[in-house]
Amino acid sequence: MEISVTINGTTHSHDVEPRTLLVHYIRDVVGLTGTNIGCDTSSCGACTIHVNGESVKSCTMFAVQADGEDLLTIEGLADGDTLHPMQESFRQCHALQCGYCTPGMVMAAVSFLDENPDPSEREVRLGLEGNLCRCTGYHNIVKAVLHCAAGGEQ
Amino acid sequence: MIPAAFDYVRAGSAEEAVATLATHGDEAKLLAGGHSLIPLMRFRLARPAVVVDIGRLDDLSYIRDGGDHVAIGALTRHRDVETSDLVAARAGLLGEVTSHVGDPQVRHRGTLGGAVAHGDPASDIPSALIALGATLVATGPQGSREISVDDFFSGFLETALADDEMLTEVRIPAADGARWGFEKFNRRAQDWAIVGVSAVVRAGGDVGVGLVNMDSTPVRAAAVESALAGGASGAEAAELAAEGCEPTEDLNAGVEYRRHLARVLTRRALEAAGL
Repeated sequence: MEISVTINGTTHSHDVEPRTLLVHYIRDVVGLTGTNIGCDTSSCGACTIHVNGESVKSCTMFAVQADGEDLLTIEGLADGDTLHPMQESFRQCHALQCGYCTPGMVMAAVSFLDENPDPSEREVRLGLEGNLCRCTGYHNIVKAVLHCAAGGEQ
Repeated sequence: MIPAAFDYVRAGSAEEAVATLATHGDEAKLLAGGHSLIPLMRFRLARPAVVVDIGRLDDLSYIRDGGDHVAIGALTRHRDVETSDLVAARAGLLGEVTSHVGDPQVRHRGTLGGAVAHGDPASDIPSALIALGATLVATGPQGSREISVDDFFSGFLETALADDEMLTEVRIPAADGARWGFEKFNRRAQDWAIVGVSAVVRAGGDVGVGLVNMDSTPVRAAAVESALAGGASGAEAAELAAEGCEPTEDLNAGVEYRRHLARVLTRRALEAAGL
C-alpha cells in the first residue's frame, strides 16, 4: 500500500506491506536508525517517537496507520547543532550509561513535559513508566527531566 | 517479530467497517488503537486474513453528557478519557482506572472500545465498567443494540459481539457524587494487574465491585455487593471477594494467592470508596 508520512519535516512516500511495523519502516526503509528496537513486546519504550506531537511506541503501530501523519524522531529534535533542552539536560545530568534507551527516554520525556510542564518527582517517574533502562540509571534520568522542566539552568 | 501477512482495509465509516466484517466473517479483525491486537499479531497468536482499520473514524471519538449517563465513543483514546472533566465529574472511577492502563504511550493510542472489545480478563477497564454498570452499544448490519456489561464478556478474549458487529459506544450511568477506589497489584509499574479491583459507592449508597484477572473473563464481585446490600461492613463483605471466581495460575501467582489478593484489594478499594 502506498503511504506518505512526514518525518522530521520531510515527507516520505513508499509502497509498504500492510504488516510493516512503523519502527521497521522508520529504520529500514527511511533509514533513520536513531529510533531503537528493544523488547519487541510493547514494553521497553526504546522505539518511542512522536505521532502528531504525542509519544507512541513505534513497534506497536503499522506503518499504514501513520499514513498522512506528522512524525518526530530523535533525529529531528535538535535544532541544527543546538541540542533540544531535554537532550541538553540529559547531557548535563549524565542521564545515560549505555545509551540504548536514551532516544526513547528523551522522546517520552519531551511528550511528558508538554502535558505536564511542572511535574513533581513522582509524576516524572510515573510519566516515564513506559520506558525501561536496564543500566538502572533512572535516578539521573528523573533528575534530567526535572532539570529541563526547571528551565535547564545549573 | 513480524506479524503474518494480511489484507488491509481502511474503513471510512462504521457502516463500511461492519459491511467488511459481514463479508469476511471471523477471518477479519477490527484495528482501532492496535494496542491489544498488534501485540497478539506479533506473537502470531492472532493471524487475521483481513484487518479493518477503524482508527480514523473520528466521529466515534467523543465524550458526551447524556443526562442520566455519560456516552463515550468507542474510538475515544484512553488519554482523552483520563483527562476528561466530564468523566471526572460524572464517572470518576473510569477516569481513575484509565489512568492506570499501560503507560502514557499506550494511552496515547489505545482506545476505550478496543480495550473492552478485546475482552481480556487482565484488562483494568472492564472492571470499572462492571462496577459502574455500563451499557455497551454494538452496531451491525441490522443497526444497533444495547448490551449490558454483565452480558458482554462471554469467555476468554470472547464477547457477545457477533462477527459482523462492532462496539460503537459505551454508556456509563451518571455517578455524580460517588466515591470510588481502584486497587491494582502488579510487580512493575506498567505491568498487567496480577489482580485488580474497582469499587464504586454511589451517592444513594449502591455499591458496584468489578474484578481484574480473577476468572477467564472480567467479573463482578456479586457476593460482595449482596453482603453490603444486606448490611455487612466493607471489611466483612471483602472476605467474599473471591467467591464464585475461578482464577487461573501463572508465573506471577497461584490460585490461592489470587483469591487472597482479591479479598485484601477489595477491602482497600472499599475503604478508599468510604466503606
